[in-house]
Amino acid sequence: MTSFIVAVSALVILSLIFGAILGFAAIRFKVEGNPLVEQIDALLPQTQCGQCSYPGCSPYAEAIAKGEEGINKCPPGGESTIQAIADLLGVEPEPLDAEHGTEKESAMVAVIREDECIGCTKCIQACPVDAILGAAKQMHTVIESECTGCDLCLEPCPVDCIDMVPIDGGLPAWHWDKPIQIIATDAGNTDALNEGKAA
Amino acid sequence: MNTSFNLFDFVGGVHPAENKTQSTQSSISSAGIPEKLVLPLTQHIGAQSKPLVNVGDTVLKGQLIAAAQGFISANLHAPTSGKITAIEDRAIAHQSGLSDLCIEITTDKQDKWIEHSGIANYQDIDASQLISLIQEAGVTGMGGAGFPTHVKVSAKPDAIKTLIINAAECEPYITADDMLMQERANDVISGIQILAHILKPESVLIGIEDNKPKAAEALNLALKESPENTLIEVIVIPTKYPSGGEKQLIQILTGKEVPSGGLPSSLGIVCHNLGTAYAINSAITKGEPLISRITTMTGNACAAPQNYEVLIGTPVKHLLEVSNTDIKNTSRLVMGGPMMGFTIDQIETPIIKASNCIIAATKQELPDPAMEQACIRCGMCTEACPAQLLPQQLYWFSKSSNLEQAESHNIADCIECGACSYVCPSNIPLVQYYRFAKGEIKQATADKLKSDRAKVRFETRLARQEREAAEKVAKRQARAEAAAKKQAQKKAAPAQEASDSKAPPAADIELLQKKFDATKAGVTKTKEKLAILLADENADPEKIELLKGALTKAQTKMKDAAKVMAEAKKAEKASAFTSSDKGDPNTPERLKNKLDLAQSRLETANKRLEEAKAENSDKIEAFETAVTKQLERVNDAKLALETAIKTSATNNVPASVDLETLKQKVLAAQTRVDKANERLNMAKEQNLETVGALQTGLDKQTSKLVDAKAALEQASTEEAK
Amino acid sequence: MKLPNISSPHTTRPFSTSNVMLNVLMALIPGIIALTYFFGPGHLIQVLIASTVALASEAAVMKLRKRPILFYLKDYSALLTAILLAISLPPYAPYWVTIIASAFAIIVGKHLYGGLGQNPFNPAMIGFALVLVSFPVPMTTSWSAPAELLPAAFSSGISFSDAMTYIFSSRETIDSITSATPLDAYKHQVALATESEIYQNPLFKGTDHSSFIVLAWEWVSIGFLLGGLYLLWKRIFTWHIPVSLLASLALCSLIFGWDADSFVPTSLHLFAGATMLGAFFIATDPVSASTTPLGKLIYGAGIGTFIYVIRTWGAYPDAVAFAVLLMNFAAPFIDQYTQPRTYGHNKPKRGLAAKK
Repeated sequence: MTSFIVAVSALVILSLIFGAILGFAAIRFKVEGNPLVEQIDALLPQTQCGQCSYPGCSPYAEAIAKGEEGINKCPPGGESTIQAIADLLGVEPEPLDAEHGTEKESAMVAVIREDECIGCTKCIQACPVDAILGAAKQMHTVIESECTGCDLCLEPCPVDCIDMVPIDGGLPAWHWDKPIQIIATDAGNTDALNEGKAA
Repeated sequence: MNTSFNLFDFVGGVHPAENKTQSTQSSISSAGIPEKLVLPLTQHIGAQSKPLVNVGDTVLKGQLIAAAQGFISANLHAPTSGKITAIEDRAIAHQSGLSDLCIEITTDKQDKWIEHSGIANYQDIDASQLISLIQEAGVTGMGGAGFPTHVKVSAKPDAIKTLIINAAECEPYITADDMLMQERANDVISGIQILAHILKPESVLIGIEDNKPKAAEALNLALKESPENTLIEVIVIPTKYPSGGEKQLIQILTGKEVPSGGLPSSLGIVCHNLGTAYAINSAITKGEPLISRITTMTGNACAAPQNYEVLIGTPVKHLLEVSNTDIKNTSRLVMGGPMMGFTIDQIETPIIKASNCIIAATKQELPDPAMEQACIRCGMCTEACPAQLLPQQLYWFSKSSNLEQAESHNIADCIECGACSYVCPSNIPLVQYYRFAKGEIKQATADKLKSDRAKVRFETRLARQEREAAEKVAKRQARAEAAAKKQAQKKAAPAQEASDSKAPPAADIELLQKKFDATKAGVTKTKEKLAILLADENADPEKIELLKGALTKAQTKMKDAAKVMAEAKKAEKASAFTSSDKGDPNTPERLKNKLDLAQSRLETANKRLEEAKAENSDKIEAFETAVTKQLERVNDAKLALETAIKTSATNNVPASVDLETLKQKVLAAQTRVDKANERLNMAKEQNLETVGALQTGLDKQTSKLVDAKAALEQASTEEAK
Repeated sequence: MKLPNISSPHTTRPFSTSNVMLNVLMALIPGIIALTYFFGPGHLIQVLIASTVALASEAAVMKLRKRPILFYLKDYSALLTAILLAISLPPYAPYWVTIIASAFAIIVGKHLYGGLGQNPFNPAMIGFALVLVSFPVPMTTSWSAPAELLPAAFSSGISFSDAMTYIFSSRETIDSITSATPLDAYKHQVALATESEIYQNPLFKGTDHSSFIVLAWEWVSIGFLLGGLYLLWKRIFTWHIPVSLLASLALCSLIFGWDADSFVPTSLHLFAGATMLGAFFIATDPVSASTTPLGKLIYGAGIGTFIYVIRTWGAYPDAVAFAVLLMNFAAPFIDQYTQPRTYGHNKPKRGLAAKK
């Protein structure tokens, strides 16, 4: 009997001690506010293109934080953004929702064919980051360094004079590719590997 | 000799086979003058130099052909006399194999020097003048990096305590500095003395590896022969790779570590390559700019491996020919040493100021890289790393693109010496992984900066729009109140109500507009995607269904947004209408304008439709709908105009048609026509493309003038009545 | 001909993974010779069975993973695992024990985690621990006595055919050759007798009391020690793990068990049982051990301490396998908190700071 009482009281005392530690930790290390929205927003690419059907990246971040929206609606962010948000929230990453667009191969910027521009300012009003310089009846031009490639300006242009062009950084932007570790997955390649040569 | 000098050591390092004896058997010979010289404009770290010559110019040897742009940049001089035949993109000595802007000189073999003279007693010249002479001579670091030397010697007074001359040449195969010391030790020492005169350090240490006994001897002999020097010491260090790395050499000679991300000058130390000292001597004492360098040509495919004095800009092809290299037997061409050099795949690549070695290797000498196997975590890379990093961890992070962790494990401190890849038993190309990760980190940082800026611009724009909307609201309110007060003087309650039920805050409408635009964009995108899928025969029917459903959803969203917006606008207009000061929009004049506008719009829509039909583009449908819409509008306008004319006719326009205003209108119209005419004539003279548009403009103005004149006549006849 | 565009460095040391494994295999030879000399051909047969099963399992898994089989077998890692396992097992364990241990070690202990370089636990020890816990009786009753203590019928040692019989078929007469190991014996007798009394047993000092420390096992340990020193000289691994393991084991024994009348003496801890094998061949397995220099010291010390604790107060006489497995759990955590200082930095970034 005594051993039973001893065992039970030992367990009770242990659980009280650990419960107290947990409670203390919950109060002492409490995180104020909901930093989640800012954290999610920091992961989004800030092109403010609206392809997710929200007027900007912050509203989309809010919607994700509230749980109203899936995390796979951002084409400019692509797979890496989906993965990053999934890691942050501790959920499963989903493939990009095709409804909202597809991930582009390389970053693009808008370029206005200035000969054809009629100075209507419709594209200036459409640009979410004010990257188009111009005024009514004056020439419009895209500030290349500020353009995020969201292509919201293509639609409103009445003379269709805007092109999306891939960015080429040239020599300063070049860097090594990741080495490809060649592992034969087809039986056909085994001969080369057996001789130790790169396939 | 360093009998009493206390040497330190750095952690790690490897001992690859030296392969230096092949190229030290003969003395330095000249590589001669090739047919053409190709001079890249960026042979240094810093801004690209700007060409000062044009195609077709004749240049003399040593003439300045490109000027430095900014402080961190370097001048470029013609290595021999000849004619400038091209300034265009050419393959350059860079591991990417990309091209960059180069000046090509076709040599005339005359080798005619430009007027130049050296300074006999540089000790009498003050340091800043010497520095500008070095800058003018275009001297850059000759050890491999190519940092503009004048920047490195521009230190604050008393800032440098130790000047270190890097004569270690730790990489296998390279013997350029070795032969330079053996044959031209006096010039080298003179150059070092010039440096010492500029920087005024407390001690000057020449660090040389113990595999170069002859060179050390030559240096000591030269030192003995110049007795005024007491500062310079030749310190022999044990041969280990990479003891020639700046940070490692400083650690060996002084025991100090350069702080991460910092410069040796923060420790009061500055390090120059031996070849740079030689170039400084040529620049100051002989007045010769940097136009040639000693390059080792070696490798088993090379029949006569030795060091050559090569003119900057000499294509590697020329050097291969001079040294009798069997290009067919060369399986790999490396510029630099085997540990840190990069491969060249085009033999027209030019030698630049920092090219210290060319290795033409056969397949047995530098075999193809073996298959990368799994990492067994043996830790040999960690033992070899001279920067005390954990290459193994960096490998895991780089491989999985975990850039954050790679950065926090100090991948930026990796000097890419290759010691880790050298020892790896699994043949993992570690350095390439780190280079990849570093490139990705740089890209990601740039992207983050850009996206932060985009966010700031977006938020500023939102703030601006809200501010403008608020201002509009405030203005509207002010006007409404003023009008309401006026009305209140005439009527009592109803006006008050009207101004109370002001427009819904304009900000709402802005928001609704944005939402509408976003939905519209979504609809167009989905439409395009659906069109593509429908055109594709192999498309997945499920996907098509999905997209169709998405399209209907998007369209409903758009319609709803449009509805809400329209209502909001209507409400705003309704409340604004009472205090509108634009006057009655239904006057015949205004309706006539509307009709004209609608008609011109119809014309443009028709034109676009024709174009689209000609091109057979997929927008035909859209344009057809546009045309139909415009047609409707034209008809509506016509109708409205006719009814208005009828009503106004019956109402007997009481407008007190002011004869004066009409006359003024005619005058204004006349001036406009004249101006348009002028512009048109000018355009015709210049044969501009805008002639057509101007003609239409002129016609419009002329018709308006005719109308104005007609109205004036009518009014005057009526008055007369 | 097309010149390639490859990243530097363009030359490597001619020393590959298979070289590493072969060196380790060679270093095992002195110890194996000692084992065979004193305990009969049992270990050799176990090596044969284990190697065959290991290579076969590796080939089978590689086939399933659609990789080239010969390429992966040639790095000798499976062979090394099998041999380490075989010499840890008792020499006359039944064949099915060896087969299960070996197959489990390769398939579950190595390949299910991703293959070479990816396993968090030492595969040989995983196999050993599995069979030790699952089949305690064969594992504890298959140790043979040293040659000179065998009954008269085995005066010229255990013959090959006898060994085959014990391992593959009838185990009825196996009691004539089995005995407890010295560690086992000392541990169980120390409660009732003093050191000098225990040492009367010829198991410890031999029939003529001529052995320095312990009969037969001292030579086996010296054999493995020599092999380990050879590997240190060849710089296959660094000194940190073996030195810290042996030092901590000796220290624990001296601090807690200095009284040889109540505890197993230090000399026995170091030279009997699998201590030397564990210190130089098992704990130094690079894939599952800690990688930072300070981390290796902590890792080795932890193993040494665990060995002592489990041997003295645990149920098992020999504890190298469990000690190694327990520290394998801790190795990643140790790594994270023992990052070395990089050149040019003042302090190392450790623990959560490293995650930044």
